[in-house]
Order: sequence, then structure tokens, then C-alpha cells
Amino acid sequence: MDSVREEKVEEVIREYDSSRDSLISILQDVQSEYRYLPESILKLVARKLGLPLIQVYGVATFFKAFSLKPRGKHLLSVCLGTACHVRGAPAVLDEVERKLCIGPGETSEDMQFTLETVNCLGACALGPIMVMDGEYHGQMVPGKVQGTINRCKKSPRGGKK
Amino acid sequence: MKRLRSATELEGFRQEILAARDPNKPCVTICSGTGCHAYSCERVSQAFTKELKSRGLQGEVDVRRTGCHGYCERGTIVVIFPEEICYLRVQPEDVPEIIATTLIEKKLVDRLLYQDEEGQKIVHEGEIPFYKHQERTVFGSNRFIDPRSIEDYLAVGGYSALAKALCSMQPEEIIGEIKRSGLRGRGGGGFPTGMKWESCRNAPSPAGVRYIICNADEGDPGAYMDRSLLEGNPHSIIEGMIIGACAIESHHGYVYVRHEYPLAVENLGIALEQAREYGLLGEDILGSGFDFDIKISRGGGAFICGESTALMASLEGRIGEPRAKHIHTVINGLHGRPTNLNNVETWANVPLIINHGADWYSQIGTANSKGTKIFSLVGRINNTGLVEVPMGITLREIIFDIGGGIPEGRKFKAVQTGGPSGGCIPESLVDLPVDFDRLVEAGSMMGSGGMIVMDETTCMVDLAKYFVKFLTEESCGKCVPCREGLDRMLDILTDITEGQGKPSDIELLEELGDVIRGTSLCALGSTAPNPVLSTIKYFRDEYEAHVNEKRCPAGVCKALITFSIDEEKCTGCGVCIKSCPQMAISGEKKKLHTIDQEKCIACGLCRDACKFEAVIVS
Ligand SMILES: Cc1cc2nc3c(=O)[nH]c(=O)nc-3n(C[C@H](O)[C@H](O)[C@H](O)COP(=O)(O)O)c2cc1C
Ligand code: SF4
Ligand code: FES
Ligand code: FES
Repeated sequence: MDSVREEKVEEVIREYDSSRDSLISILQDVQSEYRYLPESILKLVARKLGLPLIQVYGVATFFKAFSLKPRGKHLLSVCLGTACHVRGAPAVLDEVERKLCIGPGETSEDMQFTLETVNCLGACALGPIMVMDGEYHGQMVPGKVQGTINRCKKSPRGGKK
Repeated sequence: MKRLRSATELEGFRQEILAARDPNKPCVTICSGTGCHAYSCERVSQAFTKELKSRGLQGEVDVRRTGCHGYCERGTIVVIFPEEICYLRVQPEDVPEIIATTLIEKKLVDRLLYQDEEGQKIVHEGEIPFYKHQERTVFGSNRFIDPRSIEDYLAVGGYSALAKALCSMQPEEIIGEIKRSGLRGRGGGGFPTGMKWESCRNAPSPAGVRYIICNADEGDPGAYMDRSLLEGNPHSIIEGMIIGACAIESHHGYVYVRHEYPLAVENLGIALEQAREYGLLGEDILGSGFDFDIKISRGGGAFICGESTALMASLEGRIGEPRAKHIHTVINGLHGRPTNLNNVETWANVPLIINHGADWYSQIGTANSKGTKIFSLVGRINNTGLVEVPMGITLREIIFDIGGGIPEGRKFKAVQTGGPSGGCIPESLVDLPVDFDRLVEAGSMMGSGGMIVMDETTCMVDLAKYFVKFLTEESCGKCVPCREGLDRMLDILTDITEGQGKPSDIELLEELGDVIRGTSLCALGSTAPNPVLSTIKYFRDEYEAHVNEKRCPAGVCKALITFSIDEEKCTGCGVCIKSCPQMAISGEKKKLHTIDQEKCIACGLCRDACKFEAVIVS
């Protein structure tokens, strides 16, 4: 691992006073820096906190917030919460899968898109909701999917997450 | 910024704030909750600032960004004080007109007002039917305050309950008041809050360490009141927690909040910082000698972490697996110490009870369920959003009077309450009064307050499958009945929705449900069969139609439906041909189109695309 990365991880750990209780927060902050958690970082965090790697790995795989695989430039999440479900979210997801040729949890080969599903984003009144690079799109219907993806492709900025 | 050293100083400071504010000065409030963010409230707000500046009015009109007003579907919501003129669905382009017409000429912009069924325009927020039947005691302040301004919270009387509790009440008195109020936990179980506090206070702890936690994990997919409270009025939760800490004698608090809620985390963080600066949090609160501080912990996106023991495990940096609760968490909780966990909304009720007294509070609601409850009214309903109503109100009032009924003239079929742990309540029980006990009697539960309305186009088998799928993914996997049992239930339900169901499947589901209910370790497992069992109970005929006739009456289950084109209605416009991803539709312009059933994947895009409703599902 390069030393810049190592320094960044150490900085995050210091912010939490190297507290083992803060493992989840530490991983969250590190992930927001690199967009995923490579193995080398998990090892480093475990070493720095004096925790067995299995615990760090366990946490990183248990919680949905973490990704152990690199993510694409754009992150697209489709809400499958109950409110969105009864308003037709599954059809929206199907259409996104068809358009991007990837399933939930997958990243397109060109590393442009990662597709995820979430269970409720707390904007249920506007369902079905789709989030593209942190921007909410409410009242989605399959017919609007292509347009939304096209607009996102044009924006130079990648996902914030 | 000054540190407040006593209740008197707090009161003095409040008077200073109020004196500096002119209640007659025009103030534009713009809802900036998550819902309205999706409707570009950010740009509306910028437009106001820019336009006011360009007209040289920036000193004469205040602009305030508030939390969620509840009527999220009609965002962005703009309310202009002092007249309280409420504009709905405001776009950035509307801003110059609002300023010219309403702020300068003092006239209304008719097209942005609420319009009722008879075409009458309604000017004031409180008179809109959606709000008129609500009782907004907990949620009401949201619309007046900027969540990032502690001064706004103080201006509406904030932290006065804290001053009262800290400076003129004994801890036992605080607990007594909460007990007498009849407040029950809003996180799902409905446990009496005062009793929980008392057990925690009385639990032995070696060094006197006790923890207070606010559960803001809000895992119920389809409910978002906790989010809107935390986002829109974070100080009310902080105030409730400090009062609780004082009663329980705890000095360390946590707010465990979902990572999917970045705005709530941000606003809460700002609020905590402000409270510390004013001496309302941290050491020697209001000069009383009492110390208490709160940390934020972000969840990792696991539904099970809403469960008390799993939540505490995750706070300790471990994976969120529940443990058996032979010893309750009020005795042995976080780090093995007595720990008091309450839901966001529960905490937000506390300052109200202390301020107005248990007698006032217990007047609201039913015999065993006191106060109000916030519901997230979503799904197939006209007015979607957050509604706060007194306990005991009927489902009919919520769905029809407040919610405005079902869109597109469809028929109300059922409402799901209590999220994945709850159940479906059918149309025949629409006059059921809503409180903790009555919902359980009906085979559902209050849960955190999700209320998902369904009409005849919702398939109940598909819905049950949806919940079971959700729960299989969220089960932590520690115990067999939940992990394997739910998996089996999902297989069976999938078979049924795909037309492979056997007549014995329905009984098998009931049997499996009973076993899972009785033998799972935590409440996730023991309540998991509820959505299945309640839909079988009330909608058995729908299950039977899937199994015996291979038919989905609601037209949802893809394997059991076909799409075709109505000869009468089709105009041959060709829109559906373009919409079909399978190129399954053919037909010449202005002639009847047909769908090739071999190629059709039942995605429904043609139905959405057709303006003449010519695509029929059977
Ligand atoms: C699977 C599961 C998920 C839960 N999720 C939540 C939740 O998201 N928010 C919440 O406040 N309580 C949740 N609870 C209930 C909590 O365990 C706990 O009872 C509650 O937070 C206590 O607070 P109260 O007494 O104020 O209701 C959940 C329980 C279970 C079993
Ligand atoms: S009932 Fe389910 S969620 Fe609860 S402990 Fe057992 S496996 Fe985990
Ligand atoms: S269910 Fe999709 S935002 Fe809540
Ligand atoms: S977010 Fe604006 S009304 Fe709910």
C-alpha cells in the first residue's frame, strides 16, 4: 500500500482516538475516501486497532454500507423500500438492469456504473426513488430511466459516496 | 456566544432573542427536508436570496430554511409569515413572482395555493385537509425553526423543559411524571418509558456508569418520521435525552443513526455543537453541576441493528448480532452497563411532558396509549407524507380525511402497519381505532409508524413475498428457525407467485410461521411471519387464486399475467412499439398493434407508455 493511503487511514484512526468501539465509523470514513475497502486497508485498520482481522472483515462484510469491491464512477441506487415497492420500484429496477446490463451489487465492465439497491431513503412520499450520484430522482417510472442515466453520463463528477 | 449558567440566564437569553425579532417582519420559510431536497428546494432557496438581494429587500425579509412539514409529496413547500400563506410545489422559476406579488403587492399567487376538490383555494397551511385533521404536538415546531439555529429553537420555548427538570425537579419526580403521562416507546414494542427509566436508574452499576441511547436506526422501509424529526428539530431530541440522563443519572449518551440519513447526521452534529457552546450539554449543564454529553454513531445499514442488543453490539464495533435477553439491557447493556434505549420520537415527547405536565399529556389518546403518534402515510394514497394524530383515531380518518383516499378512483384494499414485523389490515377493519393494543388484536402492530396503503392493484402474495425477502436478507443468521425458516418461506412464496404453488403450500406457510414465531431468538425472527400470516388470514382467496387457478387477481405477478392490446382503444399511434425493450410489439401506423407473447417479458413499459389505456393486463 502506498504511504499516502497509509497516512490517511492513520489520520482517520487518530480522529477516533484509536478506539476499537469506533471500528464502524472508522471504516465508514475510510471508505468515503476510497469508495471501497481494499484488503490492504482492512489489514491496516486491524493492525492499528489491535483487532483480529476476522473481526474487521466480519464487520466489513456484515454491514451493507461497506463494499469490498471497487465501485464505478457513477453510483446508482434504486430504493426497494415498501413504499417504493408498492408504487412500482421493481419495474424501475428491471429497466435499470436492462439498460446498464448489470444486476444489483455489480459494476459495469467499463467501471462507469455501480448499481445498488437500498431499503428506504426516507423520501417515501416521492417514491419510487432512484439516487444517482447523491441526487434524488422521485416518482420514477421505467420510461424515465434512460434519460436519467444519459444526463448522469454527461456530468463529469463521479459519485460522492 | 455565551455560556448559560442558570435557568434564569437561559430565560433572559430567550427574551433577548424574542425582543430582537419582529413578529410582523415578513419571513419566507422554505422546507429543506429530504423530500423537498429531491424537489430542488436548494435552488428555490438560492432564488429567494438572489432575487431579494437584487431588489434590495434582503434586510426587510427574512429567509429561513426549515425541516420537513410533512406534506412532502407537494414539495417544495414555502410558507410566508406573518400571514402564513402556504405555497405548494414551488419551483425556482416561481420565486420572482412570489416576491413581486405576495411580498411587495401583498396579493396571492393563486396557482401555487392548495386547491380542494371543489376548486376552492386554501391559503393557510393549517386549513388544508391534510393538516386540518392532524394534531401536531411533537412534529409541529418543525415548520417554524431552522434546525441549524439553536436561537430558533429557543424562540419557540426550547430547553425550558430542561431548565425545569434540572433546576426544580428531583430525578424521581421526573420519572414519576413520565410514568404518569402514560408515554409508551415509539420504536415498536410500546414499552412504558417511565418504567424503563426507573429500572435503569435502579440497576446496580459498579462505577455508577449508565448509558442513554437514542435509536435512530429507523429500519422500517417505508417510514421516515424519525429522520424528519432528527433533521428538522434535532434540539428537541437532545433536550429529551438530557432530561432522561438527568433522571437516570447517566453521563454518556449516543445517537445511533442510519448512514442513509446524511442530512440528519449533519443537522444533529451542528445542534450538538451549539448546545455545547451554550452550556446546555457537556459539563455543568446550566450551572447545575450535572454533566452529560452525546456522541453520534452512524449505523452500517443493517435492519437488525435497530434491535436493542444488536445495536449495542454494533456500538461496541462488533457485528450486529442480537443476544438472548435473559438479562435486560437496562441492567446489562452497552459495555455490560445499565443502558436505556429509546426511539427518536419517544425522546421528542419528553420535553412536552415535562413542560405541560403528565395530566395534559394523558388527556390525549386512549386508555392505554397516550399522546400522539407520527405515521408515515405512503403507498397508493393521494396525500402522502408524515401525519401526526392522536392515538385512537380511526384508520378511516387517517386514510380518507387526511390522506384524501386512493388515487385514480381505485378502491382501498388494505394498509400495512408496523413494517416488516407488522401485518396487513384489510378494508373491512377500516374503522379500527389506531393504538398499540388494537393493532395487535388485528394481527398487526404499531411498529415505528409506517402506514403503507394498498389498492386493488397491489398483490398481497407479492407483498408478503416482498417482506419475507427483505427479512431473509436482514436476518443476522444466528439462529436456525429465522435463517432457514424464512428462506423456506421465501421459496414457497416464490413458487406461488410463479404459478408453481401446491394446494398444501398455504398450510405449510402457516405451520412454518408458527414455528418461526415461537422459536426465534430475537423479535426480528419472532415477528417475521406476521406479514405472511396476516395476509393469509385476510386474503386467503388471493393465495388460492394463485395456487389453484394460476391467476394473480391484482395483475402483478409476472408469470401469471399476459399483456395484450385492446382493439377498441388502440389508435395505432406506435408509442408502445418504441417503448418495448423486447421488440415484441408490431403493427402499422393507425392500425391495431399486437404483442408477441413469446417475446414479451411482462415489464409493463408499454402499459406506462400508452396514453389511451389500451394495454390490458389479464
Ligand atoms: C429487528 C428489529 C428492528 C428494530 N428497529 C428499530 C428501529 O429502527 N428504531 C427503533 O426505534 N426501534 C427499533 N426496534 C425496537 C428496539 O429494539 C427498541 O425496542 C426500541 O428502540 C426501544 O425504544 P422505545 O421504548 O422508545 O420504543 C427494532 C426491534 C427489532 C427487533
Ligand atoms: S431471530 Fe433472526 S435476526 Fe434474530 S437472532 Fe435469530 S437469526 Fe438473528
Ligand atoms: S421506501 Fe423508498 S424512500 Fe422510503
Ligand atoms: S421534506 Fe418538505 S415537506 Fe417533507
